[in-house]
Amino acid sequence: MTSPGHPNPQFTTALRRVRGFGAARAGTGHFWQQRLTAVANVPLVIAFVVIVISLLGRNHAAVVQIIGSPIVAIIMVLFVISVTYHMRIGMQVIIEDYVHSDLPKLSLLLANTFFTVAVALGCIFAILKLSFGV
Amino acid sequence: MDKIHKGSLTMADSRAPAARPLSPHLQIYRWTWTMTMSVFHRVTGGALYFGMLLLAWLLISAASGPKAYAGFEWFIGTIIGRLILFGYTWALLHHMLGGIRHLIWDSLHGFGPQERHALAQATLIGSIVLTVVLWGVGYLLMGGPR
Repeated sequence: MTSPGHPNPQFTTALRRVRGFGAARAGTGHFWQQRLTAVANVPLVIAFVVIVISLLGRNHAAVVQIIGSPIVAIIMVLFVISVTYHMRIGMQVIIEDYVHSDLPKLSLLLANTFFTVAVALGCIFAILKLSFGV
Repeated sequence: MDKIHKGSLTMADSRAPAARPLSPHLQIYRWTWTMTMSVFHRVTGGALYFGMLLLAWLLISAASGPKAYAGFEWFIGTIIGRLILFGYTWALLHHMLGGIRHLIWDSLHGFGPQERHALAQATLIGSIVLTVVLWGVGYLLMGGPR
């Protein structure tokens, strides 16, 4: 999040720029994004569980056909985006709650971002490849 | 308050003569449903975080071809794999209902003692029922477990 907009930044005081944005400079941005993705996750999670159960016991060709079909692929990509964003914020809260020394905290926060981005990209790439059939 | 003072005497005495009151910590409180569901929410969230590797395995192996998918297919077909998947869907649905509980609180509702208790119980019971129902529906659609 950037600081709240003002038509002419030249006239904003230092206090105006930091008010409501706290030590992390992000204000309530994470709080809101966690709720936004939480609401999106509700229908996506239900659809995801049904899709995964329907894949059980099917052979590779059938699995490729199901995940590759546009509706399923779109739901899966939305699920992955919303969930990985949500879990990145959630794990950041857990790390900040329990890890207080600078270096371990920074390392874990970096690892958290790397892990969630890698999972997101890996899943989305695979879904698109299955869907485009190349 | 007496208990708090007695428990803190040795530590407090070693440094300062006055037995100062300590702020109460977890062991002071009677264990409640809301506390348990709070722990459940965090633990299921953490488990789901790493459980996403299972989904990545499913998708990437399926995208890689039949040979790669055979590994995932074998694992998820074993009893252990099936139990992990069942547990994963339960954790997902429990975390979802816990999240809805938080959204209700965000709207400034559900803070009364009875409401809090009922919401916490509904989270656990609802997640178990929902998991069984979704697996039931899934198996019905497929014509039985496989």
